[in-house]
Amino acid sequence: MALDQSFVGRTYPPTEPYEVGREKIREFAEAVGDTNPAYTDPEAAKAFGHPDVIAPPTFVFAISFKAAGQVVEDPQLGLDYSRVVHGDQKFAYTRPVRAGDRLSVTSTIEAIKSLAGNDILDIRGEVHDEAGEHVVTAWTKLVARAAEGA
Amino acid sequence: MTAKIAYDDVEVGTELPAQTFPVTRADLVRYAGASGDFNPIHWNEKFAKEVGLPDVIAHGMFTMAEAIRVVTDWAGDPGAVVEYGVRFTKPVVVPNDDEGATVEVGAKVAAKLDDNTVRVDLTAMCAGQKVLGMSRAVVRLA
Repeated sequence: MALDQSFVGRTYPPTEPYEVGREKIREFAEAVGDTNPAYTDPEAAKAFGHPDVIAPPTFVFAISFKAAGQVVEDPQLGLDYSRVVHGDQKFAYTRPVRAGDRLSVTSTIEAIKSLAGNDILDIRGEVHDEAGEHVVTAWTKLVARAAEGA
Repeated sequence: MTAKIAYDDVEVGTELPAQTFPVTRADLVRYAGASGDFNPIHWNEKFAKEVGLPDVIAHGMFTMAEAIRVVTDWAGDPGAVVEYGVRFTKPVVVPNDDEGATVEVGAKVAAKLDDNTVRVDLTAMCAGQKVLGMSRAVVRLA
């Protein structure tokens, strides 16, 4: 069933802050095998002009996607998450995410399309720090594949 | 931001050093834990096949994280990345053996933009197939 177009433009309340920890950044960097010292060594990060260790560019997805769960799991929207695949992902940074950040995400449904029975959902997550300053915007395109026989 | 590459030293067509990233089942389990994405298609072969996949596949975000290393290793400061986007065109299929899969990433400067930034276009291949499309980063150089 096609998703309700009236959800386009809907914005969900900002999430409770996620506190970015140095060890979580280290764990993520190690999991992707990235040895850049800016992720683990505060002095190396400072030499690049950052106040503390920074997170790899895609780290913030874990936070923005969890926030997008408000949209994905909204019973009124009625998305069949068991059929969802990740289509596109994009980030635009005002500054890198860093240890000590307390980040809140505001998710908005940017577009809903139906193509060949697939539902396509574009979600924008605006990520702000505790001071209300913009850190990064994450755009996520989800595709719910058509159910068999539909 | 202090990239180690100077804007004036690059031209459209400048190639970044290419890299090859191995992806094993162990890597996917570790990434699942670090990222919080425990979708069983990334670690459970039986489940993956039940939903029509050839085998366990890598997290798209894992491939995205690997690909940008070509840019951040080149720039030095990962904070130099001001934009990064990809399309997930094909899954990276990861067999349950010692070798797993291999993702080959190449990149070159596609455009010189304002404010000392350049657009870098990336390619990511696995088993002869393009696994990322429209893969682009904007990077602020020194």
